[in-house]
Amino acid sequence: MILPFIVFCPIAAALAILLGAPARRTALWAAGVTLAATAFALYGFETGRPGFQFVSSLPISSDWRINFTLGLDGLSLMMVLLTAVVTFAAIWFTGVIADREHAFYACLLFIAGGALGAFASIDLFFLYAFHELALIPTFFLIGIWGTGNRQAAAWKITIYLATGSFILLLGLIMLYRSVPEAARSFDFRNLQQSASMILPQAQGHIFLVLLIGFGILVSLFPFHTWAPEAYASAPAPAAMLHAGVLKKFGLYGLLRLALPLLPQGAQQWSTLLIVLLLGNILYVGLVTIAQKRLDWMLGYSSVMHMGYIFLGIASGTLLGTSGAAILIFAHGISIALLFGIAGEIRQRTGTLLLTDLGGFGKVMPRAALAFGLAAFASIGLPGFANFSGEVMVLFGTFRNGANLNHFTIFQVATVLALWGVVISAVYMLRAYRSVFMGALRESWASVIDLRPSLRLPIGLLVALSLWFGFFPQSFVRIVSPVFQSYFIQK
Amino acid sequence: MTIGAPILEIEVLIIGLFLLMTEAFFEQIDKRTLAFTAISGLLAILAASFFVAPAPANVATAGFWSFYAADPLAIFFKRFALVTTVLVLVMMIDYAPIVRESIHGTTHQSGLGEFFALPIFTCVGLMWMASAIDFVMIFVSLELVTMSFYVLVSFTRRNPATLEAGVKYLILSALSTGFLVYGITWIFGVTGETNLSRVTAALSQPAIEAGPALFGMVLVLVALGFKIGAVPFQMWVPDVYQGAPTPVTAFLSVGSKAAGFVVLLRVLQPFFILPQMERLLTLIALLTLIYGNLAALPQSNLKRLLAYSSIAHAGYLLIGVVSFAGAAVSFYLVAYLLMTLLSFAVLIAVAKETGENIEDFNGLAKRSPFLAFAMLIAMTSLAGVPFTAGFLGKFFIFDAAIRHHQITLVVAGVITVACGFYYYLKVVRAMYWEAPASESAVPLSRLSQVTMAAMIAGIIFLGVYPQPILDALKH
Repeated sequence: MILPFIVFCPIAAALAILLGAPARRTALWAAGVTLAATAFALYGFETGRPGFQFVSSLPISSDWRINFTLGLDGLSLMMVLLTAVVTFAAIWFTGVIADREHAFYACLLFIAGGALGAFASIDLFFLYAFHELALIPTFFLIGIWGTGNRQAAAWKITIYLATGSFILLLGLIMLYRSVPEAARSFDFRNLQQSASMILPQAQGHIFLVLLIGFGILVSLFPFHTWAPEAYASAPAPAAMLHAGVLKKFGLYGLLRLALPLLPQGAQQWSTLLIVLLLGNILYVGLVTIAQKRLDWMLGYSSVMHMGYIFLGIASGTLLGTSGAAILIFAHGISIALLFGIAGEIRQRTGTLLLTDLGGFGKVMPRAALAFGLAAFASIGLPGFANFSGEVMVLFGTFRNGANLNHFTIFQVATVLALWGVVISAVYMLRAYRSVFMGALRESWASVIDLRPSLRLPIGLLVALSLWFGFFPQSFVRIVSPVFQSYFIQK
Repeated sequence: MTIGAPILEIEVLIIGLFLLMTEAFFEQIDKRTLAFTAISGLLAILAASFFVAPAPANVATAGFWSFYAADPLAIFFKRFALVTTVLVLVMMIDYAPIVRESIHGTTHQSGLGEFFALPIFTCVGLMWMASAIDFVMIFVSLELVTMSFYVLVSFTRRNPATLEAGVKYLILSALSTGFLVYGITWIFGVTGETNLSRVTAALSQPAIEAGPALFGMVLVLVALGFKIGAVPFQMWVPDVYQGAPTPVTAFLSVGSKAAGFVVLLRVLQPFFILPQMERLLTLIALLTLIYGNLAALPQSNLKRLLAYSSIAHAGYLLIGVVSFAGAAVSFYLVAYLLMTLLSFAVLIAVAKETGENIEDFNGLAKRSPFLAFAMLIAMTSLAGVPFTAGFLGKFFIFDAAIRHHQITLVVAGVITVACGFYYYLKVVRAMYWEAPASESAVPLSRLSQVTMAAMIAGIIFLGVYPQPILDALKH
């Protein structure tokens, strides 16, 4: 019963807030309780046991074999943990909301509840439906409380994501229809058993549809244009939640569904995927360098880093796939922290234009330290979780079909992707320099540092990143049994 | 305890006649009592519909049961008609002051009696149509529905736009009736039958001439295309919807459309033996989808927007028809009933205060949070967001389309769903993003409030738990 509690705690809190409960206090409590319950689930989780744990099920439609089934395996457990952590941090980071505070917190909690539900669902129908629960709150968060060209950004993200979701829905229906009548089910466990019955040709079709659907949700090149604009306009907590957690749903979907159920489809399209993800890493990486505003730069950087996770998914090796899982987690944490600090700066200065800022290290030392750590993590400096993830992804990809006499596309892609690390070092360090170093403008001499209480969420995020950076095996041990079953099947 | 299915229609008819008599002989009473009487009577009949005896088996070859079916589909749509009529009557009570302004009369409530009584007769027609399995019966019940709509559409006749709507509806509807009769004649001429199952049997004989039968069916399709507002027979929809009194628009867009689809589902069955029919319908569905959604994009008047949206939804429903998915179409219609009537109910409440344009909804969330929330649910459901009935409706329809490999329709459907998000969320944006013109709350009667809350609950309940509707359709 712990899983339904985790999923419905934020949603119940959101409803309570809409009905008049004190907004910030309720939201913080709900996020804290969810985090505690998730930690409890992590503690009670039996590592290495195959299959799903904490399963609870409620029949919804017997005609369609839809059940509301929640359950966790290693992969979904870590996604739920990421969501709980980032939600807690995002709500803690939320400052004073002048206009309709209640609705703001309710929207955040709805996004969190949707993400938790999507990651904890075993039934594909609810996996899909919970993810869409976040769509309308995102529209509100950007449209009402956003900055800059918020209306255009809100329209763009909503229509992009709605289209992506519907393509995804078609893919899921095709998947459901691709097995014989008797084996048809939306339950992932049943699908896994009957997946071998899907014909190779059908696998190719379904994988392509799923790749486009999920790809739009994860801002796969060339479907990425919604992301930077939306994240630049969104209020900081919304950007933290969306870039840190919700966007990862598409990657999770590919790892969860596409790889185990459609192995041949994944093989057929791996070249296309690699070409597109190199677009993410190289093209978007160069675009990121050219950005003149911190929020846009962070938005583009989050698009760029998706390329590495896609590379892990395309790698076709256990090492690369596990690396992708770590990288999802690590990137979620680092980008949330970066957006959180950027939001704090925007609140104080009203601008994030890199040429306007400078010298903030003197007045905001705490922010400078936190931003620096997150930036290092984001670049992939050893010691942070991002590093272990990227290393595993790159090694895993390189190893696929490795042959000293002849480089295949996997080796070429690894070489090119390594350049991306340099690119991200360039833009991150430049951004750090122009925000925190140099001369401080006189008008900002009285800018105050982060609230001392923010040390808690920042400390939590940094500690997790360092922990999984130095002890990646503690993460791999939990997720790799999931992937092992994929590669044995092959 | 069980009752025969035709008793239901007879009871509704009695209620309608009773209302007319009361109206004629007791001029002094508050006319709203009539509406309340009608609502409670219809609700009682709705309850009675759960005790209907199944039609006697094996007598369907001749006599009464050869043109009247009491199968689950028929009972289902009888309930559908009853619920629609009850909800429309609730809206009409709210709308009554506007009707009064445009009617000359000796008392301040002149004309309201007919306004409340006519929908009852429409309801009888809709219920009969749900059971019609013979072309003659289909024609008669369709005419009963259309006749009462002629009057209702132009009820507030001092408004020139309403008058224009009435004339347009009258002329085009009469024309479509002509097509229907002509089509039935051709089919009768080829097969010698009017009963649908016997037409099927006749058509499957090798000696039959498919060409003339197909021609007859195309004529019938023209008439039904007019009823459901399918392209290219949709020209009347925007003007009539915008001009008619809003409750009538709601009734027209739900009742008339549902009736058209029930008949379509029944009539098409025999003709799907002919491959040309499927191609033709696919083309109509495609055009309807694209036209409805694209034309809705630039609309700034909400009533007109809903008119185009009703064309768009006819497109989705036609996907279901082409894919032979009766259950999916029925479920979609239920979802469509709830979300369309809910949006019209909010529109009536808001339009009384401000106006019918989308910008008149600006800042509604600050003025009347409940109304804005109701509209938000209606719009998200129309757009197809999960956990609303509208999403499951689309889900079932798209599933049927994928099952039948209607790739063109599926691709067009995805694009139009994205369009839908834009124009439905335009309304949401006005309500939640924009600043209100005034701070005062929009007045709302207790009855409407309860009805809207029930519709919201219905949309969310069916969005999570669709099984009751699916069960009701099973044999």
